[in-house]
Amino acid sequence: MPDVHSLVNEFTIKLKKRKIEGSKTTAKQTAELLRSVISQQRIPHTNQAAALIDAVKAVGEQLIAANPVELAVGNIVRRVLHIIREEDLSLATAAIGGLSLSAASDDEDDAEQDDHPVLSAAAVAAAARSTLRPPSLQTLLEDVPYSAAVPHNSSSGGDSEGKSKSADKSSRSRKLKHNVIEAVNELISDIATCHEQIAEQAVEHIHQNEVILTLGSSRTVMEFLCAAKEKKRSFRVFVAEGAPRYQGHVLAKELVARGLQTTVITDSAVFAMISRVNMVIVGAHAVMANGGVIAPVGLNMVALAAQRHSVPFVVLAGIHKLCPLYPHNPEVLLNELKSPSELLDFGEFSDCMDFGSGSGSPLLHVVNPAFDYVPPKLVSLFITDTGGHNPSYMYRLITDYYSADDMVVQRRPAF
Amino acid sequence: MNKYLSSHSISSTLPNSLQLLCCSIQFEAVISPLPMDSRRNSRLIDPKMRRVGFFTPPPPPDRTQSGPPDSISPTDNWLSPVMIPPPRHASDNLSSTLALHSSRAVGMPVPPSALRRSSTENVPVGSYNPSESLLGTSPVLSPSSNMMDGAFSEDSANWIRRSNSGKFASSFPTGGLDLTADSEAKKAQGVSEKGEGTVVGVANDLSSSSKPQKEKTSKATRRALQESQRAAKAAAKGGVAPAHEQQRGKAVKQPSQKKDGFLATSSIAASEKKGGDRSQEKDRKKDMPPPRMQFDDKSRVEKAKRRAVVKQTEVRNRVELFRHLPQYEHGTQLPELELKFFQLDPMHPAVYKVGIQYLAGDMLGGNSRCIAMLQAFQEAIKDYSTPPEKTLTRDLTAKINSFVSFLIECRPLSISMGNAIRFLKARIAKLPITLAESEAKTSLCSDIDRFINEKIVVADNVIVRHAVTKIRDGDVLLTYGSSSVVEMILLHAHELGKKFRVVVVDSHPKLEGQALLRKLVGKGLSCTYTHVNAVSYVMPEVTKVFLGAASVLSNGTVYSRVGTACVAMVAHAFHVPVLICCEAYKFHERVQLDSICSNELGDPDAISKVSGRVDVNYLDNWANKENLQLLNLLYDATPSDYISMIITDYGMVPPTSVAVILREYGGEHLWI
Repeated sequence: MPDVHSLVNEFTIKLKKRKIEGSKTTAKQTAELLRSVISQQRIPHTNQAAALIDAVKAVGEQLIAANPVELAVGNIVRRVLHIIREEDLSLATAAIGGLSLSAASDDEDDAEQDDHPVLSAAAVAAAARSTLRPPSLQTLLEDVPYSAAVPHNSSSGGDSEGKSKSADKSSRSRKLKHNVIEAVNELISDIATCHEQIAEQAVEHIHQNEVILTLGSSRTVMEFLCAAKEKKRSFRVFVAEGAPRYQGHVLAKELVARGLQTTVITDSAVFAMISRVNMVIVGAHAVMANGGVIAPVGLNMVALAAQRHSVPFVVLAGIHKLCPLYPHNPEVLLNELKSPSELLDFGEFSDCMDFGSGSGSPLLHVVNPAFDYVPPKLVSLFITDTGGHNPSYMYRLITDYYSADDMVVQRRPAF
Repeated sequence: MNKYLSSHSISSTLPNSLQLLCCSIQFEAVISPLPMDSRRNSRLIDPKMRRVGFFTPPPPPDRTQSGPPDSISPTDNWLSPVMIPPPRHASDNLSSTLALHSSRAVGMPVPPSALRRSSTENVPVGSYNPSESLLGTSPVLSPSSNMMDGAFSEDSANWIRRSNSGKFASSFPTGGLDLTADSEAKKAQGVSEKGEGTVVGVANDLSSSSKPQKEKTSKATRRALQESQRAAKAAAKGGVAPAHEQQRGKAVKQPSQKKDGFLATSSIAASEKKGGDRSQEKDRKKDMPPPRMQFDDKSRVEKAKRRAVVKQTEVRNRVELFRHLPQYEHGTQLPELELKFFQLDPMHPAVYKVGIQYLAGDMLGGNSRCIAMLQAFQEAIKDYSTPPEKTLTRDLTAKINSFVSFLIECRPLSISMGNAIRFLKARIAKLPITLAESEAKTSLCSDIDRFINEKIVVADNVIVRHAVTKIRDGDVLLTYGSSSVVEMILLHAHELGKKFRVVVVDSHPKLEGQALLRKLVGKGLSCTYTHVNAVSYVMPEVTKVFLGAASVLSNGTVYSRVGTACVAMVAHAFHVPVLICCEAYKFHERVQLDSICSNELGDPDAISKVSGRVDVNYLDNWANKENLQLLNLLYDATPSDYISMIITDYGMVPPTSVAVILREYGGEHLWI
């Protein structure tokens, strides 16, 4: 345990100091950290899943608090929680399936209730899938009352533990941890390979002689464009430099190295050039449940310009960027202000900044936000590793990856 | 305008002129041998002039000191710059000035109209001081110009300059001994003075020493006039002082091309009149803007290159979409141009200086560029003399054209500059043929002054007055880049004690907003600074957006610093009103829908570097990479539906009214 503790603390400090940035790296490292947390977690004989969930939640809360703007951390914590629930569920169903082959759907649900304090419709569906039984309309219809009653039963779930067979339990406890770690490994490899999966779809979206505009730099966008290039598409790319970090220069350099026709434009020229662009392809920082995008600063402007000229605005996002939260005032609440030194030379403007010292409030403010919020109506398409989706479909996609009761990870221990 | 005034104010100025007649007997010098009626005809058949006349502008500021303003104009009509061959004057000049006057009076017929000339006799001294500009020798000339024709006086200006360069003996015609001796004597002095770089000093020196010989009558008044003018000039030149040295160096060379200007100024009066009429027709055609040079047209580019003074080299990696716009390697031609400084005969030093400033990027902002260009043209006009066999109207237009093409080579013109050039050309074309050269030049110079004053300075004040009414306490005003008018508005509102906050939005690579920010914070305004990408972040708190413009096109499109469209678009998306502040002289009847057909390309290297950020160096060797282009657009076109209001000197109008303003106030009124 101390080992895990120090790992968690180290990671938390890194997050706090913004040593780790970028949703992909944070997501990967969070998943790895949670994997070690799970592997080192001692599991009681009863209610192992709950113990795992509690441990992950405790760590996850810490991590989320360290950098609330880095939504990928929260996403991964929720994903891991969801994995634990799913694995537990599938084990339970498998066990029951093994015990009574002719188990009725009612029995199955009883067993599930025992092991899962909270049970969602999604979990039922997943359980049904794991037992290789497609959910029939009948089961779905019959399940509804049970699922609705689930939160009610959850408190009384503990006493039904004894009903389960102990022999089965011991084998399940080892199996659960193993399965969860397997699944988390899968998640990590998913995060690592999400670029390729997104890039595979490139040829479906880019045609010959296309003109594409992008802003700033995103690994996903770069892989996407390069994949299309490798498949012998020839097209041109306008790269807006993405002040104040000027990551667009990096992207342009990479694209040119791969043989793409690249033109670097200033951010201010986006509106001028958008009328000659066929498609805007950008990366995202996070995708919210409503289909809105937390994106690198400047993209709202690009999206508005694209909408003005009816240019498709395509957002590439790995599924780890999918955040199950609905944003409220995300421009401010899910934003981060960076150092003014990226915009202004302190030495040059130190005299100006001194003016305020007399009056109490400084005369000069420098605003350097890191992110923009692009509302869903400005987004034409999301391309994730599972395919293309409409912004309005995002909420549904979220239920595939997250459990409804994990939405508020950080609040749970407060009760 | 002058012409019109002349035909209508004759009666009013006649008493004045009669009074002056008794003290000045030099008026005969300007009598032209042209028959009276033909001249009168030329004046009456011109409908355009008539129309113009009803529009009486206020007297330009620097004319006020040179006597009653209307006393200048009457004569404009009756003067022909090339009527009297200078050699004859010079020979007349031999003995003394008084003798000259009497002999001239006998030698020439004196039509009654010539009386009017007398009223202006003291005007040229005041408002016409062209040669004073560079060498400071003009004070010698200004007395002489009183007794001679305008053309001659200008020639003598050339002559003195040439004498400075050691050529005077060959180029100076017959007589003029006392003048020559005079200038000879002063030459050494003048040169030595020049070495010290005190132009005004030379001027003073020369004028004081030359005066006693020339005339005794109104010496004190003349002196006062000259002094005051010189002071005004010195003040005006204060800003461009560093270029003086270059100018002086060049001025010695420059006039050699005008050598033939006075050697044989034989009378070409007959052709002159026709030329004037034709030029008016041409002027009408000129109302349509000429098609812009398309740089993807290979043959035309080749042709233009052969003519070009500035040998620009094309940037290697061009953006395909912008082949029709010129893009040259930056910084390569500057040293070369500086070397060429002494060989550029046709280019006036003042124009040359402005051109180099454009090229080097020292001169930014539509208004300051336009004013600098106009002032350079003013200098050039002052030093101009019509070559023989040519008319001022046509030759000066050609000259201005060559200046303009030089400036275009340095940097493409802004639309406001194009408008100013059109105005100037229209004024030149409208000059009465009969006008003496000196008068014509005086009138042009004052026209330029008036343009600068009315269309830029006063217009800005009007705009500020209008715009300030839109600023309320508690406002958060956003501005983009650095617009001189917006800056004036913000500072004025602050002076009025309004409580507001300013958001200055800036963009790479120009970062003009920092200069604005420094000025605003220096005056104690509370400011927020951010870059154009973050405009969506700051927009929710903004209550109004004030933007400048390089031009407003007749379809309401605002053509302005690149990024303006982005800011206006975001403001529109957040339902924040967008107010464009633009002087009416920048309006243009062109229409434009995108920012690509017509634009200007800046230096692409500016993109690869970020000032103060050494860590951004990914694109250092971009030119070697075949597939990489950097596009540094300078302007963009903001669609009119993003714009709530355009604040101009005609008031606050919606963007749809720009076409109406152009139609109603366009042409003569818009360009004065």
